[in-house]
Amino acid sequence: MEQALQQRLEQTARQLRRHIISMTHGASSGHPGGSLSATDIVTALFFHEMRVDPQNPRWPSRDRFILSKGHAAPVLYAALAEKGFFPVEELPNLRRTGHFLQGHPDMKKVPGVDMSTGSLGQGISAAVGMALALELDKSDARVWAVLGDGELQEGQVWEAAMAAAHYKLDRLTAFVDLNKLQIDGPVEKVMSCLPVKEKFEAFGWNVLEIDGHSFEQIIDAIEQAKATKGRPTCIVAHTVKGKGVSFMENQVGWHGSAPNAEQAQQALKELQ
Amino acid sequence: MTKIATRDAYGRALAQLGGENQDIVVLDADLAKSTKTIDFAKVYPERFFDMGIAEQNLIGVSAGLAAAGKIPFASTFAMFATGRAFEQIRNSVAYPKLNVKIAATHAGISVGEDGASHQTVEDIALMRAIPNMTVVVPADGIETEAVIRWAASYSGPVYIRLGRLAVPVLYDENYRFEWGKAVTLCSGKDVTFIAAGLMVAMAMEAAELLSAEGIEAEVLNIHTIKPIDAEAICASVQRTGAVVTAEEHSIIGGLGSAVAEVLAEHYPAPLERVGLKDTFGESGKPNELFEKYGLTKEALVAAAKKAVGRKK
Ligand SMILES: Cc1ncc(C[n+]2csc(CCOP(=O)(O)OP(=O)(O)O)c2C)c(N)n1
Ligand SMILES: [Mg+2]
Repeated sequence: MEQALQQRLEQTARQLRRHIISMTHGASSGHPGGSLSATDIVTALFFHEMRVDPQNPRWPSRDRFILSKGHAAPVLYAALAEKGFFPVEELPNLRRTGHFLQGHPDMKKVPGVDMSTGSLGQGISAAVGMALALELDKSDARVWAVLGDGELQEGQVWEAAMAAAHYKLDRLTAFVDLNKLQIDGPVEKVMSCLPVKEKFEAFGWNVLEIDGHSFEQIIDAIEQAKATKGRPTCIVAHTVKGKGVSFMENQVGWHGSAPNAEQAQQALKELQ
Repeated sequence: MTKIATRDAYGRALAQLGGENQDIVVLDADLAKSTKTIDFAKVYPERFFDMGIAEQNLIGVSAGLAAAGKIPFASTFAMFATGRAFEQIRNSVAYPKLNVKIAATHAGISVGEDGASHQTVEDIALMRAIPNMTVVVPADGIETEAVIRWAASYSGPVYIRLGRLAVPVLYDENYRFEWGKAVTLCSGKDVTFIAAGLMVAMAMEAAELLSAEGIEAEVLNIHTIKPIDAEAICASVQRTGAVVTAEEHSIIGGLGSAVAEVLAEHYPAPLERVGLKDTFGESGKPNELFEKYGLTKEALVAAAKKAVGRKK
């Protein structure tokens, strides 16, 4: 992978992570852990791969992005703002009454959000529907979704997985942000979703397994997904919840609590 | 009298509309032969998607199709559409105000032999409570076709409640459906029947029985339960002073409740609610179940007399 690209993406990802910290700190709520684990995936998609037009967020030929794990809204908002869908100055208004950056993505309010999510398990079905529609329209647009590993416990995910393979939706790619944690503890303890790879394979998907913090591997997987015909691709991305902030990494407690002023300062220092 | 099930009219309307509008897509959950979406599937197989027995995904995929510009009609039994997939309807369809039409069949106890597990008497209550949702209950085949046509032209979520049983045809081909506008089927000065679905025909019969006894009943067909035509309801009740609601649904949360809300706020008047009285249905022939659960013209007559007797 080109070094300049690698550097640019790393820099962007650091910037998104800084936004995530500032936003959740400012809102005194929100979900930093799962936003930080998905940051590199979201960065690679929005700042390398996806065809979108911030001036025309509803452009019919755009690639779609569905954050099925909607609680990671901060990373999506940070990416959309940096991409130019709305001013970066709006980010501090996350979760504030009367402002448009809702706690979970709202397609009616936030330019660039392709599907309202927040109730786990539902985004992936919408992604299947979008892929079907694009298929009918003979469009070349692709659909990218990001799911949590805890989210895989929802039965609807598997209904959608079955349908995506049945309808041979090769324009659909689902990342699983395998950060090994959910709210009540490690996914392995709460309700094991393993083996993820074999499950999706059994459902008829092409499955790739990568380090979700390696841009080289993310981009390589994206290319392989695009080259795969006749079936959707699942990219099982091994990640670290809270990635990039030492005291948040692998800590279940940082799923849904915001850093205080001191913690935010420390985190921002680490993310320089 | 000619009878046709509203689900049959639905299938016919879909197959017709499919040729006029390429954006219409139809989804089902392994009940295409029962919901009659098969009529569309046969003509436009490339725009028909069977989702299998997976109602949550049925609704979620419909949301995605709508978000990408299609006009999806999603069908299954009303029980499973509004029950199993309630939250998908709420969060994936209504909250983002996506253009999904949920046309659900086999509502109410007229499902018959399949019994209570398949007879939803709560769907109107569930759908009515969701912001952005429109709730329509056609009374006959002609109204159904008009409603389907209207729904395809309207932008936003619509719940359309359809039935399994063949029901009398009330309208002729000149009927024009007006969203949110009650239809006065007969005028009277003593009591107002406010009915929806197959209870409209029954209310007409009850009005006839009453007129033989010198009681003049007005019959309103409230096909649109949400937004409800409060103006028409109040105007009628101002003349008659007494109301009977008639629905093939629980009296809790459905049409009876909706009318009670209107009357309590705008024009308090004696109200009797005919419908399922906080009970599930059971297996049996539809007509026997109507008898057992008090959904008959005789029950409507009795309710009307009671309402009239309560006038001050
Ligand atoms: C249907 C539903 N149930 C429960 C929740 C509450 N909830 C929010 S996040 C979460 C845990 C998600 O875990 P995971 O999918 O692993 O996400 P990540 O670790 O990436 O944050 C839960 C249970 C929800 N948003 N939706
Ligand atoms: Mg997780």
